Amino acid sequence: MSHTLSRKAAIVGIGATEFSKDSGRSEMQLACEAVKAALDDAGLNGSAIDGMASFSMDNNWENEILRQVGGKALKFFSRTEFGGGAACGPFVHAATAIASGLCETVVIYRALNERSGLRFGSGQMMNNSPLDPNIINFSHYFPYGFMTPAAWIAFSARRYMHEYGATSEDFGRVAVAMRDFAATNPNAFFYERPITLEEHQASRMIADPLRLYDCCQESDGAVAFVVTSMERAKDLANTPAVIASARQSIVKESRMMTPFYGETLSGIPEFDACAGEVYAMAGLSPNDINVACLYDHFSPWVLPQLEAFGFCDRGEAKDFVKDGHINRGGKLPVNPHGGQLGEAYIHGMNGIAEAVRQIRGTSVNQVENVDHVLITAGAGVPTGAAILERG
Amino acid sequence: MSDSSAADILNKIKPLMHKRVGPYNSWNPVSRTQIWQWCSAMGDHNPLYLDDQYRAEHSEFAADKAVAPPAMMQMWSMRDVNGHDGPGSTTDNLFEILDALEQEGYAGIMAVSYDQTFHRYLEEGDRAHHYSTIINVSDLKTTGIGKGFFVTQLAEFMDQNDELFAEARITYFKYQVPKKPAGASKPSAPGKINRIHPVENHDHAHFWQGLRDGKLLIQKCDDCGELRHPPQPMCEHCQSLRWSTIESKGKGTVYTYTVMHYPEIPPFDYPNAIVLVDLEEGVRIVSQLIGTKPDDIKVGMSVEMKLTEVQEDMTLPLFHAADPSTTEKP
Repeated sequence: MSHTLSRKAAIVGIGATEFSKDSGRSEMQLACEAVKAALDDAGLNGSAIDGMASFSMDNNWENEILRQVGGKALKFFSRTEFGGGAACGPFVHAATAIASGLCETVVIYRALNERSGLRFGSGQMMNNSPLDPNIINFSHYFPYGFMTPAAWIAFSARRYMHEYGATSEDFGRVAVAMRDFAATNPNAFFYERPITLEEHQASRMIADPLRLYDCCQESDGAVAFVVTSMERAKDLANTPAVIASARQSIVKESRMMTPFYGETLSGIPEFDACAGEVYAMAGLSPNDINVACLYDHFSPWVLPQLEAFGFCDRGEAKDFVKDGHINRGGKLPVNPHGGQLGEAYIHGMNGIAEAVRQIRGTSVNQVENVDHVLITAGAGVPTGAAILERG
Repeated sequence: MSDSSAADILNKIKPLMHKRVGPYNSWNPVSRTQIWQWCSAMGDHNPLYLDDQYRAEHSEFAADKAVAPPAMMQMWSMRDVNGHDGPGSTTDNLFEILDALEQEGYAGIMAVSYDQTFHRYLEEGDRAHHYSTIINVSDLKTTGIGKGFFVTQLAEFMDQNDELFAEARITYFKYQVPKKPAGASKPSAPGKINRIHPVENHDHAHFWQGLRDGKLLIQKCDDCGELRHPPQPMCEHCQSLRWSTIESKGKGTVYTYTVMHYPEIPPFDYPNAIVLVDLEEGVRIVSQLIGTKPDDIKVGMSVEMKLTEVQEDMTLPLFHAADPSTTEKP
């Protein structure tokens, strides 16, 4: 293809605040701190920014951030809907805008006080306007008390167990692997706090079959990125994390956290639909992937992602995980930062920052010889995926 | 109560004003131990109070004497936990005016404001006492909680040399507690939390109205005949906007389920079993499963709907196990 976003843009800066349960400051301040850190990391001034991309759920406007970080003007800005499903969309948009020549340097950010502010897991409505598409969707669930992300995911986890014979222990092995990585990551909530499978099995039930340790921790914090053209990336100090491919994905079965009406609930049809093209756009195959940063808000849904992206066959992810392949030292380490289960829940953006560190060779849990990292956005919602390449 | 009687009350109590009552003496001199206890309890880590080296290097205060936080002013000459004032304190009734108002039927009291002025810091070894004076009584005022008088008290906090180190103006509202209406003697029930009401817009209202009318309605395309749930305006098979409804028999099987344990969201009972039901008619619906022990819930089990008025404005299609042997006795 002559017109492609593949390898036209690279991530050259990453920045983050600390991850906490009470940041003690506004989401706007978190956003500014992370964006400034990402610019500093890239070696760029705010005036270099001419584009911005973020999540629809982010509460911080582009103009406010631009002014404070020393920016001058934007030619491009975009938002992506669907909660954590938005984690890859901004990179698709940034690479597209840069590849088309619309702009050259895009800042991507996500800042949230999701723990000290409104907790998604609390069962509280985010907006009660009858015009809000979330509330219209959730109207068929909230009256029954079916109103937490863990419970919605549990429907799929139960079907996955029913169809493939997976058990709670299979989900637990994902949680144990993530916590093992987090235990050696000083930025993680669970630094120096690994868990055993027995502890996972003894943890209390949240929404059967999901136990406490199957769930990520709600968090405060912000992560930001600087994405720029390949030409400019060459002039900067950091090893560029080239966007080899990136795609968003909606299928007709997609619903906001409640995809209950398609042919199957045991897979993630959005990833099934986009995986082939994510590889094709990059000219790569699953064998080329050295590390995967998969969206792990809840441990059960790591399994069908491994299947959708071709690391194992349908229904066999439980064996892939049991054989230790996603662990430290495994053939496909997953989330070496500890994931959202172990590091923090920054709507998937902390996993993408880890992907960049793995490409650069600067992670605290560095995997050897990393050339390609697969990243995914939220599962159970319209979503996206991308492959980063060492430039 | 008429204004004239309010005037009578004021005439009676105004002579009691401006009577300086005191002294109220302290039980102990200002001490490092009490300063530490207060700072520790309040989380006040200002180094001026207890850090001798900090004081020596950064303040004009003596290095070896702890400094009392100003907000402790009233603590030094306060009654002890048994209600006894310090040795040598007055026995005069400070609250003469408040007692008089109470006799006139103004039994309610509410603190309104507390203005403080600090003149100097107390140091370890200082000895405090205070005087109290009622300095103002307002005319009869009508407020949201009833009619009454605003009463302002001046407290003067003095050191061992009778010099003022702090003062406070405290205003109370002394009011007539409104008589309860007949029949309202029982405490009112706390506000009941209801289930969140669904959005009943053009696309969805028929479904919820159907439940209130005693029917579980499934949308049916008028052109191609496909059934669909949850409701949506356009048929995804033939793009027709023409639709009607059929009534479901409310029978089906559990396709998947969860049992919610945490968080416990009011007003729901926990554990709360949620099922995704394949209805016989061919569409899926989410609901609660009532009366089955969590361990007995199985994918594929047969269930039946029972329309249930869960609260005054809401009827829901709750499901029960079709096989009564798996149903818990109430």
